[in-house]
Amino acid sequence: MTMAAPDNALAPVTDELATVRRALPARVLRFVRRQPLGTIGLVLVVVVTLIGISADWIAPYDPTANDFAAMTQPPSWAHLLGTDQFGRDLLSRIIYGARTAVVVGLSASMIGGFIGLVLGVASAYFGGRIDLLVQRALDVLMAFPLIIMALAVVAIFGTGVQNVIIAITIPLIPRCARVVRSNALSIREVPYIDSARTCGFSHARIILRHMVPNVVAPFLIMLTAFVGQAILAEAALSYLGLGVQEPVPDWGLMLQGGAEEYATTAPWIAVFPGLAIMLTVFGVNIFGDALRDVLDPKLRDR
Amino acid sequence: MYRYIVRRILLMVPTLIGAAALVFFLMRLIPGDICQVRLGAEAGSFSQQALADCHAALGLDRPIWVQFFDFVWKFCHLDLGISMWSGKPVTDEIAARFPISLEVAIGATLIAVAIAIPLGTISALKQNSWADLFARSFAISGIAAPSFWLGIIALLAVLNVTQIIGGRPWMPPIDYVPLWRDPIRNLSIVILPAATVGYRYAAVVARMTRSAMLEVLREDYIRTARAKGLLHRVIINRHALKNAMLPVVTVIGIEFAFLIGGLVVTEQVFNLNGIGRLLVQAVQNQDYTLTQGIVMLVVTIFILTNLVVDIVYAWLDPRIRYR
Repeated sequence: MTMAAPDNALAPVTDELATVRRALPARVLRFVRRQPLGTIGLVLVVVVTLIGISADWIAPYDPTANDFAAMTQPPSWAHLLGTDQFGRDLLSRIIYGARTAVVVGLSASMIGGFIGLVLGVASAYFGGRIDLLVQRALDVLMAFPLIIMALAVVAIFGTGVQNVIIAITIPLIPRCARVVRSNALSIREVPYIDSARTCGFSHARIILRHMVPNVVAPFLIMLTAFVGQAILAEAALSYLGLGVQEPVPDWGLMLQGGAEEYATTAPWIAVFPGLAIMLTVFGVNIFGDALRDVLDPKLRDR
Repeated sequence: MYRYIVRRILLMVPTLIGAAALVFFLMRLIPGDICQVRLGAEAGSFSQQALADCHAALGLDRPIWVQFFDFVWKFCHLDLGISMWSGKPVTDEIAARFPISLEVAIGATLIAVAIAIPLGTISALKQNSWADLFARSFAISGIAAPSFWLGIIALLAVLNVTQIIGGRPWMPPIDYVPLWRDPIRNLSIVILPAATVGYRYAAVVARMTRSAMLEVLREDYIRTARAKGLLHRVIINRHALKNAMLPVVTVIGIEFAFLIGGLVVTEQVFNLNGIGRLLVQAVQNQDYTLTQGIVMLVVTIFILTNLVVDIVYAWLDPRIRYR
């Protein structure tokens, strides 16, 4: 009897845990109902990601195949979005371009965000000289023009998707670290951090287990903004010839070649890739706005 | 306040030295150097002797630390040295290209402020109305659209419209003339880039204005002002807008600071010979002195703009006291 008591006492707790877990679909439903715009954004992001993943199956043509019999064709049933100056199907290139955009956007923002998170929290936690040193280093990165960083990365390592990610990640770090640090500074002063220290926990444990979870809300909001910024930066770098190289299908790169040359004869070459970029970033941003409203009640209705 | 400003100016020193070190060593990490680029372009193949002579002439044969301290020391005396590529002083090279970039940046700021502040205010005052929905979609599209693509579309529209109206496509002139010499020609060059950059800028500022206004409108003093029967116009202009402007000023400043270093793509689209393209050319030629000069200029403008923003902040809101 006395042995059974703890089991019974635990039962409601485990039940509660189960309901929390089961509640995830319910929470998604709640998000959908409360944030219709954010849902549209989420759907856009998911659709673009799925398009990127399944490009091999859904693209009607080979994105790199030239067809000199069908150059600069206007949109038609054979080529829904028309063809470019080499006769390549624009729709197929945009479908494959989604892959590059999603890969660069997600990895640059994740890596930059994670490094910024650790630096920001650690800087706030240790304070003093370390804080001062980290802050000065971040000031330098913040003021340094993105384009120089990108040019140098490309000149040193060469062009390619990985190097584009490096070039875009670096400027994201200080922005993230700064916001995280200001949030973490207030958390450093609360009693449970002191008690964690008294318990003799390691710095890494206090930072990762006790401080980081408390800055997750502003961090996630920032991360969604970073995805959009990274996609835009990737497009700009590729447009300048510093990013992804031909013949890899890429939205920024598609705007580089014939876009201006064929402005009057084949304007669709310039219009559609830009629309793809805009729709994707638009989706990311409105989803981010909705996430902000949900995660940060203080900002609701703003 | 004065102590604060002095302290901030002193804090510029480590940032500037850090930026100097970063650009200096980053440039030297790039494989090859200006002598190889130049000799390779002139002759195709070249002797080791010619390479050594070129290094000696440009001072590249000295130990790297000597070169670095020489660069920092000269920078402290506002001497940016001589462009390794053209042989002209770096300050002259920058002076020739800087006005157009500055003009586009200022133009974009003016356009952004003129659109964003009324738009953001109306959006906040009529929250959740059609006007608000329009303003918010306008803003979020501006943030989502790549500004270089907007530039391409704007050029495309101009080309097509002039073709239809005049029978032949018209392009904005390429060679820059100062505003005071030929205002119409100058504006026809600057207006399109300024507008495309300004749209994104306006979007960011409008969002900030809206959220700041919404916050201020919920303050007690606004309710008090309403209760004592003040005119709506007075409440908005004197009480609400003035207080809501604080974060907006910060955003305007930060965006402006980023703009100076971020105009490269826009200059590429519109064929403007501004500071951004000069920077790209300098890096591609491996012109160390010119690259260093431009980067230091951009970084200095960035830091100074941030300082000015903080000072303006204190001036707008006397409650803020810097120590």
